[in-house]
Amino acid sequence: MKLKYFAWVRERIGKAEETVEPPAEVRTVGDLIGWLAARDDAYAYAFEKPKVIRAAIDHAHVKPDAAIAGAREIAFFPPMTGG
Amino acid sequence: MTVAATIRIQEADFDVAQEIAALSRGRTDIGAVVSFSGICRGSEQGEPIAALTLEHYPGMAEAEIARHADEALSRWPLQGLTIIHRFGRIEPGQNIVLVVTASAHRQAAFEAADFLMDYLKTSAPFWKREESARGTSWIEARDHDDAAAARWTKS
Repeated sequence: MKLKYFAWVRERIGKAEETVEPPAEVRTVGDLIGWLAARDDAYAYAFEKPKVIRAAIDHAHVKPDAAIAGAREIAFFPPMTGG
Repeated sequence: MTVAATIRIQEADFDVAQEIAALSRGRTDIGAVVSFSGICRGSEQGEPIAALTLEHYPGMAEAEIARHADEALSRWPLQGLTIIHRFGRIEPGQNIVLVVTASAHRQAAFEAADFLMDYLKTSAPFWKREESARGTSWIEARDHDDAAAARWTKS
């Protein structure tokens, strides 16, 4: 699946997008955050406050308990500040 | 009748007067037009800023704004709706966002514009970064914006 990062999440990780294949036990958005945070210090820093991170699956907002099975694109970003 | 919303996500500036005129030109069923323009301020929390840079999530920004435009059209009897949101670098005094609602009577137009702005602030995937003499920093989301958006949720 494709992952996209925006704003300071993107800056902390150091890339705007990547393709990953998480193991089968990573079932939800929250699991995916935990799996990414364990990769290295940059990911750990980006996801140091998981409750602040917002996520979207295929362009729709989702909660941390959302299942990631079948997702084409998952995005992580801080709370929005547009308008 | 079916009303189609005009939604544009663009880097270029827009002309507020022209957008308002375009919505009501040649129409006799519209009795009220409300517009909200969001403009870049020259200071944030008392500190002067040089510019804002807006990052957005292409694809999702359009989808999320369209979803809320559809909700506004289903909740209020609107005759026309235009939403424009800019991205990229925007200097103080320049336009950021525009919502124009048209209806037969003013209440629907006021309420729909208020509703749409509350949701643009809290759920459209845009992020503002400010540039000042101290460098650049991401603007933090405000709790009162979430509270404003929550007013519209039916319990």
